[in-house]
This record gives sequence, C-alpha cells and structure tokens, in this order.
Amino acid sequence: MGLSIEENQKLVEEILEAYPKKARKDREKHFQVADEKAIDCSTCAVKSNIKSRPGVMTPRGCAYAGSKGVVWGPIKDMVHISHGPVGCGQYSWGSRRNFANGTLGIDNFTAMQITSDFQETDIVFGGDKKLAVIMREITEMFPLAKGISVQSECPVGLIGDDIEAVSKKMSKELEMPIVPVRCEGFRGVSQSLGHHIANDAIRDFVMGRAELAETGPYDVNIIGDYNIGGDAWASRILLEEMGLRVIAQWSGDGSLNELEVAHKAKLNLIHCHRSMNYMVDHMEKAYGIPWLEYNFFGPTKTYESLRAIAALFDDTIQENCEQMIARYKPVMDAVIRKYRPRLENKTVMLMIGGLRSRHTIGAYEDLGMDIVASGYEFAHKDDYEKMLPMLAEGTIVMDDPTAYELEELTKKMNIDLVGSGVKEKYVYHKMGVPFRQMHSWDYSGPYHGFDGFKVFAKDMDMTVNSPVWDLVGRQGTRKPEEAGV
Amino acid sequence: MSRDELNIKDNTSLFKEERYVQQRENKKQFEAPCSEQETAEALAYSKSAEYMEKNFSRQNVVINPHKACQPLGSVMAALGFEKTLPFVHGSQGCNAYFRSHLSRHFKEPTPSVSTSMTEDAAVFGGMNNLIDGLENSVALYKPEMVAICTTCMAEVIGDDLNSFIGNARIKGVISEEYPVAYCNTPSFVGSHITGYDAMIKGILSYLYTRSGIESHPGSGAESGEKLNVMLGFEPYTGNFAELRKILGAFDTKYTILGDHSGNYDSPATGEYEYYYGGTKLADVPQAANALATLSLQKYTLKKTQEYISGTWNQQLAALSTPLGIKGTDTLLATISELTGLPVPAMLTEERGRVVDALMDSHPYLHGKRVALVGDPDLLIGLIGFCLETGMEPVHIICSNGDVDYNEVKFKDEAEALLAASPYGTEATVHVGKDLWHMRSLLLNDKVDLAIGSSHLKFAAKDAEVPLVRVGFPIFDRHHMHRYPIIGYQGTLNLLSLIVNTILQQLDDHNSGFNFELVR
Repeated sequence: MGLSIEENQKLVEEILEAYPKKARKDREKHFQVADEKAIDCSTCAVKSNIKSRPGVMTPRGCAYAGSKGVVWGPIKDMVHISHGPVGCGQYSWGSRRNFANGTLGIDNFTAMQITSDFQETDIVFGGDKKLAVIMREITEMFPLAKGISVQSECPVGLIGDDIEAVSKKMSKELEMPIVPVRCEGFRGVSQSLGHHIANDAIRDFVMGRAELAETGPYDVNIIGDYNIGGDAWASRILLEEMGLRVIAQWSGDGSLNELEVAHKAKLNLIHCHRSMNYMVDHMEKAYGIPWLEYNFFGPTKTYESLRAIAALFDDTIQENCEQMIARYKPVMDAVIRKYRPRLENKTVMLMIGGLRSRHTIGAYEDLGMDIVASGYEFAHKDDYEKMLPMLAEGTIVMDDPTAYELEELTKKMNIDLVGSGVKEKYVYHKMGVPFRQMHSWDYSGPYHGFDGFKVFAKDMDMTVNSPVWDLVGRQGTRKPEEAGV
Repeated sequence: MSRDELNIKDNTSLFKEERYVQQRENKKQFEAPCSEQETAEALAYSKSAEYMEKNFSRQNVVINPHKACQPLGSVMAALGFEKTLPFVHGSQGCNAYFRSHLSRHFKEPTPSVSTSMTEDAAVFGGMNNLIDGLENSVALYKPEMVAICTTCMAEVIGDDLNSFIGNARIKGVISEEYPVAYCNTPSFVGSHITGYDAMIKGILSYLYTRSGIESHPGSGAESGEKLNVMLGFEPYTGNFAELRKILGAFDTKYTILGDHSGNYDSPATGEYEYYYGGTKLADVPQAANALATLSLQKYTLKKTQEYISGTWNQQLAALSTPLGIKGTDTLLATISELTGLPVPAMLTEERGRVVDALMDSHPYLHGKRVALVGDPDLLIGLIGFCLETGMEPVHIICSNGDVDYNEVKFKDEAEALLAASPYGTEATVHVGKDLWHMRSLLLNDKVDLAIGSSHLKFAAKDAEVPLVRVGFPIFDRHHMHRYPIIGYQGTLNLLSLIVNTILQQLDDHNSGFNFELVR
C-alpha cells in the first residue's frame, strides 16, 4: 500500500476495528493521514499528550523515566538517587545510553544505580530519615560528587514524604546542591511530564547559581542532546568549528557547573524541543536568551540548521559556516552517492519517543527513503504541527500507537524499515522486517552532525540490505520481487 | 568510494581522533571539574582498605544492587503459561521497564500490558483502569488467560484485585468463566524471584481451585509416574531444553509448571504471534494429581512449594539450580527417586564424557580464586560447581539472599557447602550487599575470575578481573541464554566458558615467550 490518502484512511479505520467501542473512539483521535491542507497549514487533528488506554501495550514510560533517564541522569558529576523501591533504578541503569567522559563512580555517576531500596517499613514509617542518612553516605562514598538529586518513585508521593524539606536541610549540612524532583511515575500520561518536572527543578535549584569568568559574543548552549552515541560531541564540534563557544551542554555529558552558568549564553540551541522547551522558554523570559530549534540529522537539515544558526551571528561566523559547509559537502555527497542507490524508495515507519520521529525524516530523505508513517510516544500538539509540513501526502501520522497498531500497519503497508525502541525491536525480527532502535541507535552512533550521518547511512544500509532478512519466510512485509520470492 | 575511503568511524574510534580529544579538553573549562590530582587521589582512595571499611559500614544507601523488583518476575512467570497475557496493574512506566529489561536479556519480544494508572487513579483507585484494561487487552491480544500482578503504586493505595476482577465480570467486560489469575507484588517487598514465586503460586492455585478437582497425588490419568517440574526464575531458555532432554531420557511423563522458554526462544518465520509455547492451562489442575513435584529453585519458589506440598498434598523435592557434576547427580537421583525409574545409561555416559572434559581442563581451574554474584539458587549451584573443579570461591554476594526455605537460610546453606570443602575455606558470603561492596572486595582481596551478570562488568573492569557472564541479566553478550548451564551438558558449557576465558587471559597477558600454541 502506498501513499494514497483515501486508502490509508481506510487502512487506519480497518485496523481500529479490533478495539472495543470506547477505546476505538479514543484511538481514532490519535491518527491523521496527511493531506495537502494539513501539510500546508500544519493543521494538526491528532490528539496527543492524553492518557493511554489501559491494557493496550503502549510504548510509553513514566515521569520518573523522563526525569531520571533523560534529563537528570546524564548530568554526570551529580549523584542521582532513585528514591523508592529497587526496580526503577535497576531498569534505568545504563540502559539509556548517555556517553559521558570521566571516571565512573569517582567523578562520573551516569551508569550507576543508587537507590534507597524501599522496604515495607519505609512505606509504613516514611523514607525521610533514611533519605538524610543516604545523602550523608553518598558524600562519604563519592567525595567528588558535586551535588545530589532525588528522583522520586511512585510510593514517595503516595505516602507523602517531604523530600523537599530533607533536601533543603541536607543541602545546608553537606554544602552542596541537593535537588528534590517530584517525578513519581504516576504523574502525567508519559515521560513528557517528567521532563517538565525535571526542568522545573533545574530552574529552581540550579539555574543562574554560578558565573562564567569571561563571557563572549559567541557563547551558546546545546540543549536537549543526550549524547546517545556521542551525538552531542559530534554536534558540538561543528558549532565550535564555526567559531561559536559552547558553554553548556544539556544534559548528555553535562555537568552541574554547565547548568549553573548556562544563563550567560547569548543563544540557546535546542535539539530535542520536546524534552527541553520548558527550559529555553524560561531562559528567554528570565534572561532574555533567544533560542533556536536545530536539526543535525542528515546533511540537508544540518546545512539548513548551521545557516540558520550562523544567521543570528556576524559575518565572521556566517563565512565560517559557509566555508565549513563547503568543506564537508563533498564528503556528504560521497556518502549519499554510495548509499542512496541502495536505499532509494525504501519505505520507512518511525515510532520514536520525541524529536527523532520528526528530526530524522530529512536524513532518511537524503538517502532517498520514503517516510510513510511516523508517530511519537509522548509528543504534544506542537510536535505534530512541526512534523506535518515535512511529510508527503498520505503519510500516516500516529500518536502513542499501540503494539497492535504498529504491527498491523507494518504488515499492511509493506514497510521496508521500522525505527523504534527495544520493546518493538524483536517483534519485527520475528516478522522479518528490517529494524533499527532509534532510541539508542542500536548501540551504534553517533548519528548527529556530519560525522554522525556517515554512521547513520552505513547503519541504515546495513539494516535494510542485510541478507539475513532474505532467510525469513516473509509474508506481506515486503514486495515479493524485493524479497527475492 | 569504499567505506574505508569515506572514513566512516563510529563511537568506538571516532572520539579518539585528535579533534575530539581537543574538544574534550576544551570543554573542561566549563565543567569546573575536579583536578586530575583530586580525581586520581579519589580513585586511589576508593580502592583502599579504608574505603572498603566505610563502604561496608554504610547502612542505608544501596549502590548497584543485584536484584530487580517483584512484578518483573511475575511477568516472566505469566509468560510461562499458554496464551497468557501478563497484565501489570499500576503506573505504565513499570510495565515499559519490565518489557525492556526482559527483552534486553532474551533479545525477544515481551508482550505485557499495563493499566496505565495516573494521578486520578492514585486518588480514586485503579478499578476503572483495570476493567477497561481487561476489556481492551482481551479484545486486542486475544489471550486465553490474563495474569495480573501489581506494582508498588497499586499496593500503596491498596487496590483490591479480587473485587476489581469480580466487578469486571459483573460489568460483562469478561465472562464469568474467563480465567484471570492474579498476585500481589509490591516492589518494596522481596525481589524479582519473590514476584516470580507469587505469580506461579497465583496461577497454580487459581486454575486448580476453579477446576473443582480435588488433588489425589499419584492418580494422574497418565499413570502414577507423572512428575511436575518447576525451573523458577530461569534466565536460560537452554535450561528448559536440557531438562526436557533429561526427562525424556528417563522416559517419564512430566509437566513443566511455568515454561517461558517458548516465548523467549521463538522462531523468526515472517509472522509474529503474541504467544509461543507455555504450560497448557488444562494441565495445571491435572498437575495436582501428579506423583510429585520437582523444584529446581527452592529459595525462589518458596511459597509455591508450600502450596504444592500443603494444598496439593504432594511429595515435593526442592533443589537449587542443578549445576556441575554433583548438582546434576543429585538432580538425576531425585528424579529417579520420585519416579522409581533408573538413571538412564545415556546420561551416565554423558556424565563420563563431561567428567573427562573437566579432567582435561582442571589444571587451568585449580586454585583459581573466584568471585560470585547471583540469585540464591544460582549461587548454590555455582558454589558447588566451583568446589568440584578445584576453583576457590572467595567473595560471594547475594543482594536478595535474605531468604530461607524450610527454615534453612540461604546463607547458612551456602556456608555449610563451602565449609565441607577444602576449596571453600576462604569464602565469605555477603547477603543483602551490592556490587559496590563487591568492587571493594575485588580491589582489596584479588581474585582470578568473576562470575555474574552483565551488571558486574563495571566492578570487574575496575579490578581488572575477567568476567564470565552467568545469570540475569546478560545484556552485553549475545545468545548466552540459549545454551544450558544445568545438567551434564550445561556443566560442559559452563566449563568451556570459564576455561576459555582463563586461556584467553593467558594469551592476552603472555610474556612473549609463553604465547603458546598448545594448551
């Protein structure tokens, strides 16, 4: 099935027929087939950021995952307590890739699981006293830790522990920032609220607390890059080559001091708008720092973004930018020359957490691949409005799609490549459909910037064209002539 | 242009390039990092005896524990039954974590749903979520049974599963007959093994009670020799296959109670099913009539065992994971005793071959000092294996070792096992400790080899000890779980893993002259 608006509308309707009435009515609102009007006016009819239906195998996580896994966890020189029972910390331990330089357990605490390991008595009597002791013990165990954050798990909010009071008291006693974060998993409908809560905590406890020895006209921040496979580094190198000075990097390979001086920047550059828009909005209001959303996936979007960034600075930066693009373009062209013929017209379905369902579209297009369905786990209306103009007519737009919906779409649309997360990955392996984890780059990367695009192109070729798929008795997943049947 | 000409470098080499080294250095001016000297001193201090003492005297903070929470085990248990959908009542993030965690270990899909409780459910209770969730999941994923466990959220607010399920039936979203098993699994009690136990007991007792059958051990339709077997929280699909091979050789009839190997070792055929294999639901009530039940994880299956020997009034043999020659001998003797069947010649022959292999390798194992981490039953098996090969367990950590069965504590059994061998004299068993404790132990009292899950890799690296990955989770190596570690064949696999790791070390650290061809 291709990109016919009518056909795809029918397809979505057919798929939703499996639901009980109440759930169907809800799920219908989460789909839209892109038509000319919607694309031109970014008219987004998709309902988003509302509760998932119970019992449907939603891909979504929780507020804790958003705060600890995404925003706070990658801040490397602070210790992040998973406050509550053992599980949440255990499952988020090292499983979201956030590369960081430093010595693990000494001045880098990213891949550590530090928890209060609540027992029944803590639920009955509260965990406040224990929390204070834990903080003291953390300074004993990790003398170089620059601060502590308390990542609340569900029970903490339910039993009414006063983590704010404990944090305040202990911050004074231990003479370091201690940040309570109310990111209990039951709050909100997805990870997204966790990002918001986490950013509010940065605003309230960290922002503006330190000064930069010397500020300059080219000082910028990289915001909303989690350094999955070293992406923030591959992005930063371009900004620096252009003559900008990156004074803070949030939050992949981030540090407390960077958060504290970030308010001195002249411009905020935000990659994942979904997770960090709260922060750039706040900094614009409080410090008058303008911000720009950029996209470093694929050369086309990278050139566009670099030029948009340079346009906000003087001629020197703009010239540097053009020279840099001229330098990299032949290499990028060569990458495309090599891989595009092998990927041309392959159909792609994306279902990723936040920005990447939108930001990676350009990179796929650079390789000649067609996005036929794209959706987010936890996006808001503005994400869909931004995504729509990037899509071709007939593309299926989906919010919080369930496992069942994704599987049906894959079968019925002859998808050549699915990009999603680990919960989805092995389903597609059973189906014999090429798959990449686009939450973690399948442990490869970086994918950002020019260095990253090379890896991206190589990985997509490796995935789509691996001979292993031809060993599977694929049924209805790819066109017969391509499957060699 | 070839890939080499394009100079494609990924994160394994890209960031070693000078321009990135420079970037790293330059970034430090904004990081306000500790000085190199401070960091070096802190690192050295963290490796010291003084630090170890402090580390062992901490009371409350837990650092890198080796355990997960109850409902994760319940999800695995539910997947051991035919066409059963695991259903997690609570906040949806938990379910996302269980699915990811299990999928990362097995490299397989984990179908499981959640009731997606949010703030309003925290205030008003999660009954509507549960009722809607049952309706949706049954319509979409067409399970033949739903198996509900709870998260800490549902437990803290005190949701009553039994009455909620009853109300779902009254509302007609599921029929009166539709099977829904459940268990309560607050994450602030026990660990993943406790949750596994709770769900197995929940399913067995539910299906048995509703069948109306009254247990008559030894009266099974298939003949009195029928055996029930439970493997417990089993991270190795290969262990199920090995056990089938052994029971097949005995030519005994048997039912595996809780067999998730089908779900976690399914074929890629071009079509995905939600359910592969599993214990047939109809076999569960019949299992009450079996002659006896054999349990291969006695600490894990504590409550289920009590249920079987109590309510089913059945003879029960409870072992720990049968690793090594003696462990397997005990397994075979137990099967023989329970069924009255002799140990098959084929297995005796296999034993001989594996003993032969152990003899071939023993010079490389003998006296090797070993650190062990794992769940209680796995550790009992591993200790036994080490002792019979001449390896010396030194540091043993069991984060969830605060368990007993029939009033025997895990720690006491482990210590008795060690005390009975001259190779066990150096060992200390640490219960309730974590992998940060293990780091101190490895750094202060060196060993030759560490055995444990992927989580142990950080401590092992700091101490420069080779790690043999055994247990759960194994995230960073492929296909380990497909090879059995139980039985004689499993012993051979374990031996190969260990001896070849040691031989690799010899080659890696050779002095030039002893980079030898023959070992």
